[in-house]
Amino acid sequence: MTDTDTKPPLTGHLQASSGQNRTSFDVHLRHACVEFNSTRLFHNLSLDLGAGSFTCLLGPSGVGKSTLLRFLAGLVGHDAASGTVTCSDGKALNDRVAYMAQQDLLLPWRSVRENVVLGAVLRGEKPDLARADHLIAEVGLQKARHMRPAELSGGMKQRAALARTLMEDRPVVLMDEPFSALDPLNRMRIQDLAARVLHGKTVLLVTHDPLEALRVGHKVMVLQGSPATLSDAVIPDGHIPRDITDPVILRHQAELLQQLGALSSQGDRSDLEEASQ
Amino acid sequence: MSMTRSVKSVKSPTSTTPVTPARAATPLADRKLLKLARPFIIIIALIVTWQIVVSVTGAPKYMLPAPYDVWLALVQRHAVLLDHAGYTIAETVIGLFAGAALGALAAMPMALFSPIRFWLMPILLVSQAIPFFAIAPLLVLWLGFGMASKIAMAALIIFFPVTVAFFDGLSRTEPGWLDLARTMGTNRWRMLTHIRLPAALPAFASGFRVATAVSPIGAIIGEWVGSSKGLGYLMLHANARVQIDMVFACLLILCAFSITQYFIVDRLLRQLLPWQPDSLAKHD
Repeated sequence: MTDTDTKPPLTGHLQASSGQNRTSFDVHLRHACVEFNSTRLFHNLSLDLGAGSFTCLLGPSGVGKSTLLRFLAGLVGHDAASGTVTCSDGKALNDRVAYMAQQDLLLPWRSVRENVVLGAVLRGEKPDLARADHLIAEVGLQKARHMRPAELSGGMKQRAALARTLMEDRPVVLMDEPFSALDPLNRMRIQDLAARVLHGKTVLLVTHDPLEALRVGHKVMVLQGSPATLSDAVIPDGHIPRDITDPVILRHQAELLQQLGALSSQGDRSDLEEASQ
Repeated sequence: MSMTRSVKSVKSPTSTTPVTPARAATPLADRKLLKLARPFIIIIALIVTWQIVVSVTGAPKYMLPAPYDVWLALVQRHAVLLDHAGYTIAETVIGLFAGAALGALAAMPMALFSPIRFWLMPILLVSQAIPFFAIAPLLVLWLGFGMASKIAMAALIIFFPVTVAFFDGLSRTEPGWLDLARTMGTNRWRMLTHIRLPAALPAFASGFRVATAVSPIGAIIGEWVGSSKGLGYLMLHANARVQIDMVFACLLILCAFSITQYFIVDRLLRQLLPWQPDSLAKHD
C-alpha cells in the first residue's frame, strides 16, 4: 500500500522537475570581451543558445572555446572578462547552469553514487538517493554505483560525470569536450546517451570533433581567429542523434573541416602567436 | 572429439609450455620469500659486519662492544631498559599526535586565508631556523624535567613537516574540482570539508610519515638535556660509566621502536586513505 503510494509520486516528481526545465529559455551573450594572459581572446562577441537545443562550438585548440564556456559558467573572473548574459525569461543565468568538463572530475574518495549526489552535499541539502539511483541506472552504471572512480573505465567515468550533471537538473548544461578522451565507439555511445538524457535542456557543447557536433548539435558554429569570432551557424536537418553516414552530414563535415583547415592556412599569424605563447 | 582437440591443444605447445610456467612460478615464490626474508637478511648482515669489525680491530668492550655483549645487556637489564623505554615511547607518541594536530590546525587557516598565510609563513620559517638543540634547555627550564618538555620537543620537530605537507596539499586542489563545486553553488566551508580537506589527506599522510620517522629524535634530545627518565637519560648515564653495551642496547630498542611505529602508522594511513595514489607499493 505504502509502496504503491510512494513509487508513483517519485516518478511524478522526476517528470515534474524535468518538465519545469522544459519551460526553458534562450541565453544571449552580448559584448563579450575576455583577456587571457594579456591576449585578447574575444572582442564584442555575441552568442545565442536556443531554448532546449544543443549548440555545438567547434574551433582550433587555443582559440578560447573553453574560456567562452567558462565565462558563461561564471568561472572567469570579472577582472579578465566583461559582457552581458541575459536569459529570455528575464532571470539571471547564475545558479541555473550545470558544468561538465573534459576530465570527469569525479572525487576519488567518493563512490559513483556519492559523486552523483555531490551537488546536493555541497549545498548542504539532503541528497535524493532514489533519483540518483534512477539516473545512475539511466547511464547504465547501476552495478558500479558503489565503486570508486579508480575501479571504472574511462567511458564509465564520463557516464558517471553525465549522471552527476543530470542530477543537478539545471536548465542549461555547459559541456567542455566531455567525450574527447574516449575511444570512438565509447564516444558514439555516450553521444547517443547524452542526446537522449539531455533532451529538452539548453546545451552548449564545446568540441574539436566536427562529426560529434553534427551528430548531436541542433546548431553548429565555428569559433576562429584572434580575437575570435563566430561563424554563421550550420543547422543540419534530421533527428538527433544524427546518422553520421548520411551524405548530407558528411558534406557538412567536409565544409566544417575546410573551414577549420582554411583557418590554419590563412591565419598562420594567429597560430604562430598561439604557438609562441 | 573434444578430448582429442583438448589433448592436441595442450600437446602442440609442449615444447615451450612445461618450461614457461615452471620458470614463471619459481621466481614469484622466490620473490615472496625474499620479501619476507629481506629484513632478517639485512639484520644478520649488519650483525655479522659488526662482529667482523670488532674481531678485526680488536676494539675493547668499553669502546665497541661485540653483538653478544649487547645481547647480554639487553637480556640481563631488560627491566631497566623497558622501564625507561616506556617513557621515551610515551613522549614520542604523544608528541607525534600533538605536533601533527598543531600542524594540521596551522595549515588550514594558512591555506584558506591569504593574510594569515603571509603572517604565519615567516614565523614558521623562523621556527625552523632555530636549532632544536638550542631550544631544548629552554624547554626544560620552562616545562620542567618531566615528560612535558620532551613532548613539546617532539611536537616541535614534527610540526613543520606536517604543516608544510598539509598546506601544500590544501593549496593544490585540482582546479577542476573547485570549478565544479562553484557551479554547484557551494560555500567556502563545504568546499573545504568536502573537497579540499579530503583531497589534501594524502599529502598530510606523507608529511605524517616523515614526522613519524623523525619523532623519536625530539624526545631523545629532550632527555639528553635534562631528565631523570627515558632512553636518552639512560644512554647518557651509561655512557658516563663506560657501559657502552648499555648504550647500544638503548639504541637498538630505539631503532626497533622507530621502525615498528613507522610501519604501524604507514599501515593505518593506507587503510584510512584507500584511494590515495600508491603506485610504488603495487610494483613492490
